[in-house]
Amino acid sequence: MNTTHVEDVFRQEAGRVLATLIRLLGDFELAEEARQDAFEAALEQWPNTGVPSNPRAWLVRVGHNKAIDHIRRQQLFRDKMKYVQDAVVTTTVAALDDDGYDDAAFGDDRLRLVFTCCHPALNIEAQVALTLRAVCGLTTTAIARAFLIGDDGMAQRIVRAQKKIRDAGIPYETPPPALLDERIDSVLTVIYLVFNEGYAGTSGADLISEDLCREAIRLARLLDALLPDRPAILALLALMLLHDARRRARVTPAGDIVLLEGQDRALWDRAQIDEGLALVDRALRVRGPVSPYAIQAAIVALHVRAPSAEATDWRQIVGLYEVLLRLQASPVIELNHAVAVSMVDGPARALDLLDALSARGGCGEHHLLPAARGQMLQRLGRRDEALDAYRGALAMARLEPERRLLTRCIVVLEGSS
Amino acid sequence: MQYLLLIYANEAETAALPEAEMATMMAGYGEFTKAIVQAGNFKAGDRLRPVSTATTVRVRNGKTMTTDGPFAETREQLGGYYLVEAANLDEATAIAARIPGASYGSVEVRPIWMQG
Repeated sequence: MNTTHVEDVFRQEAGRVLATLIRLLGDFELAEEARQDAFEAALEQWPNTGVPSNPRAWLVRVGHNKAIDHIRRQQLFRDKMKYVQDAVVTTTVAALDDDGYDDAAFGDDRLRLVFTCCHPALNIEAQVALTLRAVCGLTTTAIARAFLIGDDGMAQRIVRAQKKIRDAGIPYETPPPALLDERIDSVLTVIYLVFNEGYAGTSGADLISEDLCREAIRLARLLDALLPDRPAILALLALMLLHDARRRARVTPAGDIVLLEGQDRALWDRAQIDEGLALVDRALRVRGPVSPYAIQAAIVALHVRAPSAEATDWRQIVGLYEVLLRLQASPVIELNHAVAVSMVDGPARALDLLDALSARGGCGEHHLLPAARGQMLQRLGRRDEALDAYRGALAMARLEPERRLLTRCIVVLEGSS
Repeated sequence: MQYLLLIYANEAETAALPEAEMATMMAGYGEFTKAIVQAGNFKAGDRLRPVSTATTVRVRNGKTMTTDGPFAETREQLGGYYLVEAANLDEATAIAARIPGASYGSVEVRPIWMQG
C-alpha cells in the first residue's frame, strides 16, 4: 500500500464524502475542512493499518468526529452547534462503520447536494459556481478562470451562497414529488449553462473549454444515474453528447472556428454520437409533454445523421425549430430558425425573418444576429450591406476565434469587388 | 390600536460598528424590549437576518417564481406581514406563495435571527 493508492481512493470518494459531510454538518465550509482532516488522518494511518474495508464510511466517520471536536474547541456560533447536535441525535453516525451503510445512502447525499446547490432561491451565477465547487470538486481558481472573473470575486460568490443556504434554511434534501420536476429543471438549467460556457465561450481566447463540457456531461450522467428514465435529463444528456461529439471538427489545431458546412465529419466521435442518438430516441419515446431539450437534441440528431451539410434534412429542422419556438421562444432560437429557413427557402426569406427579429430588439449585444444578416446579404450578392453587417458583428464579438472568423469574412468580401 | 414598528439601518455600517458600540446597542435593545413588555405594549418583535438571506416570492399565471434577494420593485410598498413557523425555506416560500398579495406584488421571505 502506498500513497498513490490512498490518493486514488481520495479521488474516487471525494465528492461522495463531501456530500455526506455537508448533510451531517449542515455547513459547507465545515464539511470541506472535515474532509481535509479525514484525508490527512487517512494518509497517516492507512499506510500502517491498510485501507479499511469501507474507506468511504471511514472517511465520513473520521471527518464528522473531527468537525465535532473542532466545533467544541472553537465554540463556534451557538446556532451552528445546535444544528450539529440535532444532526448527531437524528442520524446514526455510529452505524457508519457498518457495511450496511451502502452506496444507495451516499448516492442520495450527492443528489441532495445537487438540488441544494441549484436551489432557485440562489441566483443563477451562484448556483453554477456552487455546483462546480461542491458537486464537481473544481477549485475556486479553476471556476474563476472558466467564467473570467477574479479569484476573490468567485470566492466571495461561493461563500455568500453557502451562507445563504445555512442562514435562510435552504433545505438539504431531495425535493418532494410535487416540486421534483420544477427542481430538476433548475438543475438542468445549471448543467446546460456550464456546458454552453464550455462549448462556446462568450469571451476570451478559446472557443471550447473541454473541462466545462466534461463536467456538464458528468453531472448529467450522475443525475441520470440517480433519477433514471426522466425524459428531460435523458434529452439534455443526449443534446450535450451530440454537440460535444463534434468538438474535434469545430476548431482547427490553430484554434480557428470551422463552421458546420466545412467540418470534416470523419473527425466526429461516432461512438459518442451513437450513444447520444439512442438517448434522444429514449427521451422522445416517453409519453407526456416533450422537453425543449428533446427538440434541440432531435435537431442536432438530424445534423449528425446527415452525410453532408447539403444532404441535411433542413425542412424537418425548420419544423422542429417552429415547435421549439412555441415551447420556448427566444431570440437565439428565432435566429437559428431563420438560418435553417435559408437552407430551405433561400436567403431572402431568412433575411426578412432576421430583420423582423432585429426590429424587435434582436439578441441584445450579441454578435450572432449581425453575423447571420451578413451571411444572408452576402448570399444575396449585396456586398456593401454584408460588409457593414460583418463589421457591426466584429465590434460586438468578444471571443477571439469569433473575431478571427468575422475578420476572415470581411477580408474575403473586401477582396471580391 | 396596534402599530408595526419597522426598523431600518445600513447593514454594512451596523456590521462595521466597533464591538463595544455593538454591545451597547444590543444592551439597549434588551432594555427597550423589557420595558415595553413590562408596560404591556409588546406584541412581537425579532431581529432579521441580513438582506443577503432574503428570497422574493411572486406568483404569476399560477406559477411560483422565487428569486434571490429582496428585489421588491420601487413602486411596491410594504402592505402587511405574517410571522410563520416553517421547517425550511421551501416550506416558507410555499406558504408565502399562498398569500393573495404574492399574485399582485411580491412577498419577501426573510429568516428571523433566532437568539440562543
